Amino acid sequence: MAIDRATVDHVAHLARLALTDQDRERFAEQLGRILEYCARLNQLPLADVPPTSHVIPITNVLRDDTATLSLDRDEVLTAAPAHEAGFFRVPKVLEGA
Amino acid sequence: MEPRHPSGALALRAAYAARDVRPSDVVDAALARIARLDPDLHAFLHVDGDRARAEASAWDGRFRAGAADGLPPLAGVPVAVKDNMCTRGSPTTCGSRILEGWRPPYDATVVTRLREAGAIIVGKTNLDEFAMGSSTEHSAFGPTRNPWDRTRVPGGSSGGSAAAVAAGMVPLALGSDTGGSVRLPAGFCGIVGMKPTYGRVSRYGLVAFASSLDQIGPFAFDVADCALLLRTVAGHDPRDSTSANVPVPDYAAALAQGAGGIRVGVPDEAFGPGVEPAVASAVRQALEVFTAQGVQVEQISLPTIDAALPAYYLIAPAEASSNLARYDGVQYGLRAASDDLYEMYAETRRQGFGAEVKRRIMLGTYVLSAGYYEAYYLKAQRVRTLVARDFERAFSHVDVVAMPVAPTLPFALGERAADPLQMYLSDIFTIPVNLAGLPGLALPCGFHNGLPIGMQLVGRAFEEATLLRAAHAYEQATPWHRERPPVAAAA
Repeated sequence: MAIDRATVDHVAHLARLALTDQDRERFAEQLGRILEYCARLNQLPLADVPPTSHVIPITNVLRDDTATLSLDRDEVLTAAPAHEAGFFRVPKVLEGA
Repeated sequence: MEPRHPSGALALRAAYAARDVRPSDVVDAALARIARLDPDLHAFLHVDGDRARAEASAWDGRFRAGAADGLPPLAGVPVAVKDNMCTRGSPTTCGSRILEGWRPPYDATVVTRLREAGAIIVGKTNLDEFAMGSSTEHSAFGPTRNPWDRTRVPGGSSGGSAAAVAAGMVPLALGSDTGGSVRLPAGFCGIVGMKPTYGRVSRYGLVAFASSLDQIGPFAFDVADCALLLRTVAGHDPRDSTSANVPVPDYAAALAQGAGGIRVGVPDEAFGPGVEPAVASAVRQALEVFTAQGVQVEQISLPTIDAALPAYYLIAPAEASSNLARYDGVQYGLRAASDDLYEMYAETRRQGFGAEVKRRIMLGTYVLSAGYYEAYYLKAQRVRTLVARDFERAFSHVDVVAMPVAPTLPFALGERAADPLQMYLSDIFTIPVNLAGLPGLALPCGFHNGLPIGMQLVGRAFEEATLLRAAHAYEQATPWHRERPPVAAAA
């Protein structure tokens, strides 16, 4: 099962991942081979088998609504690539702003 | 000159109490051994010698003051932690350029529990980038070598932790296991390693890879030390909503019960043509040891085991692609310079991630993308149900399933690096256990041409004690856990 370059580019865009030409070629070939290997699952009778997303049957784990200390803001911001006035600093998000 | 000390944690703790040796002596020796061996083996990414010495010196005083019984169980014992568990204020890279230089603002729960138990964290160990790999060759900071043979891999992804214990640098270490990342390196390095039941150990502060599979587990020279470390880190944590609120038994007491009454099942499927004869024969001989001890050994079948690997390589990358979306150059780590937001994201991730991580992000994004979800991800989740049912059926008449850890002996560095599928096959017997969420324990069961062979014991959910009892009984009858690689001999 081959994956074409256009699909590789589409997936890379969804994943916010810039690729080199070499990556593009290599991933097209390798992803195709891995998916071909995974296609053997099609031989199993699965129609009536329910999916398992999680092995422990837990839902809605709640805790008491009590305030506790959160992480120290300055310590968190110090670990970020850029911050300003108590916020993470990022490139401009809104056009014309 | 490295002085000789007891090699295990329980033995060290007893020697401290008897005042035969001080924590400072042991930490100094551990640091000396790291300085001598690690330039070649590369088990560690960071070593904090100053802090370790300061903590050891504080424990010296408390043991000198007497009343050792009142001191915690790992007081003064050096340990190593895989570098995907957060240590406040000290580096946590996940073996990735994208987190190079990042210092977490908090400790993982397992790190807190280690410190409360008195352990001295001497450093952070090497791993495949974001724990994605079976050889530790995918670390952005270079591979770890197997202490038994420096031309071979230690297994992965927790290869640094396994090599650090096997080479006698530390008696205990923590790893994480998503598809075999504790058990495979334990098997390849000839030591004991365990993946506990999903939910047994808190993952708060473990950097997420595949959240429905990830679990933290212990490495040790022998089963009793493994039990001690598991007991230290296990238990419910309100900060991890997947951590189970199930009591943690006294594993040390369980060991004393012996293996009497345990029934062991052996799946035919785990001794097929892909398994190296030396591996199959060592595991078969181990089963004879069980039989000689009065343990009932019978044949079972896990018919879906072959489907586990392809299912895993859809589920784990899908979850990883989602978890790794957070590395976007905003909150931590690397940021590529750009005035454009999209370009900043995409370029940061191109520069920061290595080839295997990119491959899995691409694969995971593909299988979750519109039009493919049902064909791949949903199908894999249905297979996951079948794999879990296979084990359920087995556990209706046996207590433990025994099989090889891996189909081969430790392979040569570089041998599988170019072929992702070949690399993935190393985990063919460990992955089903993660898919089913069960506990699995790897322990040494022989050697071939000087390379260790590992046996894997799998149990029912939350029945780690049964695995530890069976493994301990086996260990009492065999010499393998006392073998040390030649490099571990004191210089």
